[in-house]
Formats: sequence, C-alpha cells, structure tokens
Amino acid sequence: MKQMTIPQAVAEALHQVMAADPAVFLIGEDLAMGGVFGAAKGLKERFGPARVVDTPISETSFLGLGIGAAMSGMKPVVEIMFCDFLGVCFDQLMNQAAKMRFLSGGTVSLPLVIRTTMGAGDGSGAMHSQSNYGLAASVAGLRVACPSNSADAAGLLKTALEGPDPVVIFEHKGLFDVETPADPELPPVPFGKARTLRQGADVTLVAIAAMVPVALAAADHLAKRGIGVEVIDPVTINPLDREAILASVAKTGRFAVLDEGAAFAGVADALVSLVVREAFRSLKAAPAAITPPHTPVPYAPALEAAWLPDAARVEAAILKMMEDV
Amino acid sequence: MNASTSSNKSAGRGRRASKPAVYEASPEELLKFYRDMLLVRRFEEKAGQMYGMGLIGGFCHLYIGQEAVCVGVQSALKDGDAVITGYREHGHMMAAGCDPKGVMAELTGRSGGCSRGKGGSMHMFDPAKGFYGGHGIVGAQVSLGTGLAFAAKYKKTDNVAVAYFGDGAANQGQVYESFNMARLWNLPVIYLIENNQYAMGTSVARASSEIELYRRGESFKIPGKQVDGMNVLAVRAAMDEAVAHCRAGKGPMILEMKTYRYRGHSMSDPAKYRTKDEVQKMRAERDPIEQLRELLLDGGHTDEAALKEMDKEVKALVADAAAFATESPEPDAAELYTDVLA
Ligand SMILES: Cc1ncc(C[n+]2csc(CCOP(=O)(O)OP(=O)(O)O)c2C)c(N)n1
Ligand SMILES: [Mg+2]
Repeated sequence: MKQMTIPQAVAEALHQVMAADPAVFLIGEDLAMGGVFGAAKGLKERFGPARVVDTPISETSFLGLGIGAAMSGMKPVVEIMFCDFLGVCFDQLMNQAAKMRFLSGGTVSLPLVIRTTMGAGDGSGAMHSQSNYGLAASVAGLRVACPSNSADAAGLLKTALEGPDPVVIFEHKGLFDVETPADPELPPVPFGKARTLRQGADVTLVAIAAMVPVALAAADHLAKRGIGVEVIDPVTINPLDREAILASVAKTGRFAVLDEGAAFAGVADALVSLVVREAFRSLKAAPAAITPPHTPVPYAPALEAAWLPDAARVEAAILKMMEDV
Repeated sequence: MNASTSSNKSAGRGRRASKPAVYEASPEELLKFYRDMLLVRRFEEKAGQMYGMGLIGGFCHLYIGQEAVCVGVQSALKDGDAVITGYREHGHMMAAGCDPKGVMAELTGRSGGCSRGKGGSMHMFDPAKGFYGGHGIVGAQVSLGTGLAFAAKYKKTDNVAVAYFGDGAANQGQVYESFNMARLWNLPVIYLIENNQYAMGTSVARASSEIELYRRGESFKIPGKQVDGMNVLAVRAAMDEAVAHCRAGKGPMILEMKTYRYRGHSMSDPAKYRTKDEVQKMRAERDPIEQLRELLLDGGHTDEAALKEMDKEVKALVADAAAFATESPEPDAAELYTDVLA
C-alpha cells in the first residue's frame, strides 16, 4: 500500500490507462501545467499535446467535442474544473451525453468520462463550492461516482474508462490534501458496490465523499455512548447499491444519510425515500437526512462552517433518533 | 507582449485598428485619474497583505497592473450607466465609487461587507452605484451586461452598459450569442475586453485562433477597437467614442484593452507560465500609474511632495477600510437563511 492523495492517484491512474490505451485522451482547461489540482501531473510531458489537450474556456463545446469523439470510439476524459461549471455545459450532459444510447436504440456507445471537483469548506464561495452530483444523478443515462479516498478515485476512473457509458466522477476538494492508502497498481473499483466502513447494530449511516470521515468521527463518539453506527460509503450514486443499504437497515432498524448535496430533492431525499418505501416495516424511528441548509454556499468562514454538516450535527440527529421509540 | 507593438501589428490587418488617440485631460482630471488608480492599487496591495495574514480566504484575484482600464472606463460614464464584470472586480468597485470599507469587509467575510459576508471576493454588488457584480462563472456577465443594455434601451434612456470580460472569457460561447443579439437589436452595450494576456495559466495565443480580440465582432457587424490599456488617457478617449456610439443608438461596440496583471491569477498562483522578466519589464516600462506620474510631474501640474501627500491620504483611506474589515463582526448564523429568496 502506498499513501496517496486523490489528485496523485488520479494522475497515476491516467498515466497507466493512457500508456495502455491509445484511445484515451484528456481534454480541459489548464491541463498542460498538470491541472489546477495536480491530477494531470506529468501527462503532457509524457503523452504530448495531442493527447493532453488544453482548451479555451469553452465548456459547452469541449464537452460536446468529447461526446462526439466518444461516439466514434475514442475514450475522452473531459475535465470540468469545478462542478459548478457544469451549469455552463449542462445541455451537453443532460440532453446529448445522457440520451445518446437510448435515442440510438443502443447503436451508439459513449465511453466518456467527465472528471470534476466539488465541495465546500475552503471559502471558495457560492459558485465554486457546490456538490451537485444529485443533479447529475437525477438524469437517466448518466453514471455518477463520488469517491471518498484515493484508491476509489483512481479505481472508479479505470472502471469508467472500461465501460460503454458516460460517467461523471465528482472528486471532493476537501479531501485533496488527505493521503489515504492505495494499492500502487490502482485496481479498478466496481460500480454499484457500497462499502461498509464500520459495523454497528443500532443505526445505518450512509455518507458520501467528504462526509465519510465526518460520519466515521461521529460513529466513534457515539460508540463511546454505547450506540453502534454502521457507516456505509455508497461509492457510486448511479448505480446505487440498494441491497447493501437495505440489508443494513433490516439489521439496525434506523437510517440516516449524511450528504453535502441538496437539502431538497437531492440524494439524501432519494435515499430516505428508498428506505421508507422498501424497509418501512424494519424502521424503529423516522429516518434522518443530514445535509447543509437549502441555501447557496456562503463565503464568510463563520457561515460556511455553520453551513457544512459536522460530526456534532450527525451525533445530535442520531441521538434524537435513538430516543424516538 | 508590448501593447503598442501589438497595435502596430494589428493596424496592418484590421480595418478598425485604433489610431493612438488620447484624451485631453485638464490638470484636475489628471490628478483625479492618478488618485483613483492609486486607490485601486493600494487597496489591492492591502488585500494581498490581508490574504497573507489569513484574514481573507478562498479565491482572491488582484487587479494590480490593470488600474488604467477601470479608472478610464468609469470616468466616461454618467449616472444611470451600468457596469458588470467578473471576479477580478475590486478595482471596478473602487472606480465606481463603492465604499472601500464594504468591499474590504466582504473580502474578510464580515457582516459589514457589501454582500454581508455571503459573497466573498468574487461576488460583490452595489447597484446604487451602477455596479452589477462581481461574477464567478467566466463569461456569464456578458449576457447579463447585454440585458442591462436591453433595459436601458427599453426604458428609453440614453444610458449604456459596460460588460467587462477577460481574454479567456472571450472564448465562451455566450459571448457570441450576446454579440449577435446586441447588434441585431442595437443595444447600447460596450463589450470591454480586458486582455491581460493570460487566462489563468493559458496565454491568449494558446487559446485563441484570432488573437486580435477587438476583431471578434466583425461577423456580427460590431465595430471594435484595440486600445493601450496601460494608458488611462487612451482608455478614456476610446470610451468617449464608444459611449457616444451607444448613446446615439448605433448599437454595441467592442473595446479591447491591452493590459497586464502583475500578480498571479489568484493568490494561490505561482505564475510559472511566464518569466519574471516579462512581468518586470511591463512594470518598469508600462506601469499605468508611473506613466501618469511622469506626465503630471513633467507637465508641472504637481510636485513630488503633493503626490506623496496624496499617497498618504489614499493609504489612510485603505487602512481605515482594513481596520473596519477586521473589526466588523462576523455574520450571525441566522444570516445563512436570509436573502435566499425575497
Ligand atoms: C465557466 C468557468 N470556467 C472556468 C472557470 C475557472 N476560471 C476562473 S478565471 C479563469 C481565467 C479567466 O481568464 P480571463 O477571462 O482572461 O480573465 P482574467 O482572470 O485574466 O482577469 C478560469 C479558467 C470559471 N470560473 N468559470
Ligand atoms: Mg486574462
């Protein structure tokens, strides 16, 4: 095992896949310098400008270009620097990429990967801090992955490139300075296989991306009070490992989801809905959705800290659930 | 790289390359230009320092080097005219007469900030001063600026809108959709390109098939002009022409200001994509404030002592803003839920 950050692991995975498969190319803004977060480090030097394509600030068209190239068998990795900028090119994502297979009756494949970053916590303000994977996941025809560590970030990228479908990978900036262990070969990570990071008998807590360490910290604290929290990282949002979540709820009888995405009509709501519909009879308490408030991400450090869910909020929500008999 | 060299080159190519026109300013006007540019520079230097001290977080894009543009542009506008730009907007706000205290306190994320701490460096507004933001998504303000001009025409005023954007933003598709509508409907909008040669780490030549950005309106029949954006008098002269064009109902105009940013793209940019020499040369030979300082002194309009006094006064203003921005209380957590919808 090697300690790596997410950008390091992604860069290494890209080195490996680009060396192995000439159909893979990278396209996005400021990649030649190694990418603004370092996830393209050394690629331009090694593979040249034909395969590491620096673009003008033209998201709509370079995403569209990537989709077009994928239609004819290339494997583009399109980088959208911040997921907030998906707003600029959302038509290409929602109408072109997502519907191509369906509208062509399966005759057109789209082995396209979109890498983007997300997340609040660093004072980047309302247009560089969102976590809008729920928006992408709400569109049928897109796969959506949310790695919580370096091994998953690299492995999901590899799986995405092996598959025939458009995949959006949301990497959380708040995790970029954290080194996590990864097998240096960076093996592919399967889609739709949740990971149970901690066993517990009392509450099932699903946490996504940067909320995973928050959930683990809360589970630690609650364990000291005799409450067993089972922490599940879904790894991908679409496909979603419903079975893993429902099996855990069947065991614990309580469900909470910790999600930095939308407070309304987002992934948290979708998971609560799933559990209520499919595991109603096992529930001993009303499920809890722990999300930021339904507001834009504020800049002021004091407000941003209040906006982001932390371990204390998770603990409070779970303690309340435990009282709810 | 040198602005005048490029305009010479373009003079041979484009029909509308600029004659090097300069505004004939009175001594009072010259002094005001000087003071306004100095305020922008001192404000930005202070913001840079405060960022270094950890009082400002996240992104912070300094305007140092480009002062002649916002000061020259603003001086040509009148009440009711509208200005909109991207995230490198502190200078435009100083030029528009916004309170330095409110701007600095927004940078520190305090309740006294002009967006009450919610917006931060990239998202600030002062509609009372005709300043409509402060936008974090590259290029988005170009459509909005077109809308400000639409409103001015709709309301039958003779006001204009200035939509500032960068050389990098010039490659966003919505810029061209805006160009087309603005000319189709003859909207009074000045598309003001601040060509500071770089978009983050990407030089104009690496991102643009046509590097003479003032020509980007040709297929929309929008006249364009390239201007020495390091010379406040050249900026003002070009603006006078563009404003007259717009107020006369002739539709949009493009002004490409050749300028330069001295600092990195944002505070976290080590600027490895250019040489220190390149920056040094620009500072030494083309600095907008130094150029005007020489003009003032050579023309006998002022003396060293008076300029020093002015600098002291400007620095005091900025120090006040910094003190306010440090002392203003943090916003109450309840503020999270306000202003989301009316
Ligand atoms: C839609 C979108 N894409 C990318 C970015 C990231 N970004 C911020 S500033 C910038 C460069 C813009 O350069 P330019 O327009 O020349 O303005 P300057 O920074 O030089 O003032 C980029 C790529 C963004 N904020 N929005
Ligand atoms: Mg620029």
